[in-house]
Amino acid sequence: MVRFFLSRIGQTFAVLFTVSVIVFALMRMIPGDPVLMMLGDDFTQEAYQRLRAKLGFDRSLVTQYAIWLQAILRGDLGTSYLNHEHVSVLVWDAFLPTLSLVVASMLVGILVAVPSGIVAAMRRDSAWDWGSMGFAIFVYSMPSFWKGIVLIWIFSVHLRWFPAVGYVHPWENFWEGTWRLVLPAITLGTFFSGLVARIIRSSLLEVLDQDYIKAARARGVRRAALVYRHALANALIPVVTVIGLQFGTLLGGAVLTETVFGIPGMGRLTVAAILNRDYAIVQGAILVGVLAVVIVNLAVDLTYAFLNPRIRVA
Amino acid sequence: MSEPVLEVRDLVVEFASEDGPLRAVDGVSFAVGRGEIVGLVGESGAGKTLTAEAILGLVRRPPGRVGGEVRFRGTNLLDLEEPALARIRGKEIAMIFQNPGASLNPVFRVGDQLVEAMALHLGDGRRVLRRRATDILGRVGIPSAAARVRDYPHQFSGGMAQRVMIGMGVACTPALLIADEPTTALDVTIQAQVLSLIRRLARELGMAVLLVSHDLGIISQMCHRVIVMYAGRIVEEAPIETVFRAPAHPYTRALIACLPGLDEHGSRLGAIPGVMPGLASLPRGCRFHPRCGVAEARCALEEPVLRPAGPDQIAACHLVKS
Amino acid sequence: MARPLDAEALPAQAPAAPAAGAQGGAARRWWRRFARNRGAVLGLAVFVAIVVMALFADVLAPHDPLAQGVGPANEAPSWEHWAGTDSFGRDMLSRIIYGARIALVVGVVAVLLAMVVGVTLGLVAGYYGGAVDAVIMRVMDGLFAFPIIILAIAMMAVMGFGVRNVIIAVAVGFIAPFARVTRADVLAVKEEPYIEAARLAGVSRPAIIARHVLPNVAAPIIVQAALRVSGAIITESGLSFLGLGPPPPTPVWGSMIAEGRNFIVMAPHISTIPGIALMVTIVGLNLLGDGLRDTLDPRLRR
Repeated sequence: MVRFFLSRIGQTFAVLFTVSVIVFALMRMIPGDPVLMMLGDDFTQEAYQRLRAKLGFDRSLVTQYAIWLQAILRGDLGTSYLNHEHVSVLVWDAFLPTLSLVVASMLVGILVAVPSGIVAAMRRDSAWDWGSMGFAIFVYSMPSFWKGIVLIWIFSVHLRWFPAVGYVHPWENFWEGTWRLVLPAITLGTFFSGLVARIIRSSLLEVLDQDYIKAARARGVRRAALVYRHALANALIPVVTVIGLQFGTLLGGAVLTETVFGIPGMGRLTVAAILNRDYAIVQGAILVGVLAVVIVNLAVDLTYAFLNPRIRVA
Repeated sequence: MSEPVLEVRDLVVEFASEDGPLRAVDGVSFAVGRGEIVGLVGESGAGKTLTAEAILGLVRRPPGRVGGEVRFRGTNLLDLEEPALARIRGKEIAMIFQNPGASLNPVFRVGDQLVEAMALHLGDGRRVLRRRATDILGRVGIPSAAARVRDYPHQFSGGMAQRVMIGMGVACTPALLIADEPTTALDVTIQAQVLSLIRRLARELGMAVLLVSHDLGIISQMCHRVIVMYAGRIVEEAPIETVFRAPAHPYTRALIACLPGLDEHGSRLGAIPGVMPGLASLPRGCRFHPRCGVAEARCALEEPVLRPAGPDQIAACHLVKS
Repeated sequence: MARPLDAEALPAQAPAAPAAGAQGGAARRWWRRFARNRGAVLGLAVFVAIVVMALFADVLAPHDPLAQGVGPANEAPSWEHWAGTDSFGRDMLSRIIYGARIALVVGVVAVLLAMVVGVTLGLVAGYYGGAVDAVIMRVMDGLFAFPIIILAIAMMAVMGFGVRNVIIAVAVGFIAPFARVTRADVLAVKEEPYIEAARLAGVSRPAIIARHVLPNVAAPIIVQAALRVSGAIITESGLSFLGLGPPPPTPVWGSMIAEGRNFIVMAPHISTIPGIALMVTIVGLNLLGDGLRDTLDPRLRR
């Protein structure tokens, strides 16, 4: 288990390194003079030369990367050339709403998918099964931004149950914050649930076919305990992995959902930054986003190792 | 024979298929007496495992359909609903399977699974049961039982795992243990150990055993009585010595001839030519006649019924003289 | 009485089907298996319909999709304009029909590009192994860590907007999945005896990969491709929705939905109908992909 842990951490660092190289390369490929862009209105010949030297533009690419990486590791993600605020502050302020949206969506998704997948597996090939799996494919295929718009149209414009746009941190004002998150969380969450329900179903069906379930039944274990204890304990382990790995997909989906619901998250920040050519923000947002994904993936793998006795107790 | 522990009458297990309903078990009848070890032998696909599973109601229906009677302590098990069956499974009738490693739930500790098996049927408290679990592991020959009881299934070898399964099977002192190919997946040396364990426990607990196997050699070491199955039907039944001394059915004779003897050197391994017919293509007349060395014209037209071939022997063959 | 194992006593083996006949037989078998899945057939029908719409847009569309003022602005669906008109008075139906073109082109081309690059990388990594494998897979892991939209956005920040860049950005995002799937299958196939035989016969490594490995890993790759096209189309429409796609007035479903947001109260059809077209396409493609997967790779069946 310890060996697995160490090797996974090593792998994570390798991935982070690769990611940093990719981002650095992308940023360097942007047409135009980055130093000029960074100075913006504060351009003077002297400032230009100084910044250029400081960032190492007169040295080799590898040195530039090293300087760049050092700054990042220190937490200095640069400054927005538009309003001269620290990128790290901007990104962090934008990350929290995105995170709460993703977490809320995962909760909604799991609450819908788990019962749906279990019922579908237990009543295989029945109307329940086809119905819930058909529904799963349906919501999984709907583009999330369109789904959001339709939900707004129905629930905000017509029924006036929920506000259409706006965001409040749920930890600052629980009711207001959660209420505003309902529609966005349903938008992203149902997409997520469509995926997870099908996986739960197939995982559970596969487990129910196993010999140990038959043997347990032959010992007198009742049907309820067979499914909810013996089978589910095994079936949910790979599902946990899948759920965790979907964090990245949800983060991507959040980008679009935020735009629809006016949530001041990473998505809106990044898109606005691109349209404004404020590349320091784009870089910072991407780095933080990918870092979050990589950390969650690592956590997922470690959780899996913990849950699976074959790895936990070698 | 005193009141038999288990009485199977005209057991039928049927499956729907593109060619119509197919009977994998077609009218099987036998009994198992108290403390008796009965062997159910036949090639793969003869219907032995389905017979064993049908006794405990483990056949999935649908798609299968089970008919006939399985009498245990006066009740027809096939009439019982799941909750009533669950009370009998593990307590009165226990079953162990072919692949011991796969028969244990990989995410639960072995001790916990043992405790659960007992807690389902016995009223004792958890602590008592946990101690008993350790005792059982020791009794089936697992060294360092107190430590092993906290281990996970993947930490046990095949032989050890089968011992655990046997321990779980006898934990509630059932009247009958059904063993479906218990040693097929194990090494030969381990096979002998596991078989002798079963034999010892059966004797100590006064437990009857229904041993299902394709290996006539194993059957010969273990059983008092043998039932031979072919293509879903019983073709012979007799005490073990009778079967080996004077087999009545040509299939039984062929099976015995296939057993390699220790004193035969250099001769080719025997084999029965042909394959057992699939359920959808059963031959007319006797099901074995295409592979039989002494088949007559009658055998291709008329199906033989089980008839006495000796004082305590029956066989389904036209050539058997009553 | 048992007789010694004797060749003549065994039932005669069925003669091996001649190669040519086997080819046609396999395809027909696959079709029959595929056709049994009603969802898959539905998906195929939808796909064909979309292709037809894209190919024959010039014939099918009643109006010029770019022509403004062919009808009153923001008019709900009516007999003259089956899908209504948008805020510039353009016929929605025509725009939707032409929108199929971009969706399809982007989806298919992006996936094909990703497939070519990804499969090649996967073949090389899987077969050659060692350092080559490690390096390639680390880079793939790095790519994989980016959510596709974010990667696409990042690339468009570099490359600029427009159709061609959308295709490239989406393609890059899908390289990693293809590489991974291919590599996993190559690793399995590598151990097969016929590969060993070819190696012993002196066939060069590239030739082995091309002639022996590739055909045997083709099936799961095709399934992946079918499943990814829908993802590509969703990503493309997402990018268009954000304004990063083909510039207006190009009829693209994603940007049509975005345009309609401002009129959601009085003219909901401007956003809703392109969304329905998009959804039907995605559902159809997903069903088709699932059906292909169930047909070509029964191990993965429900």
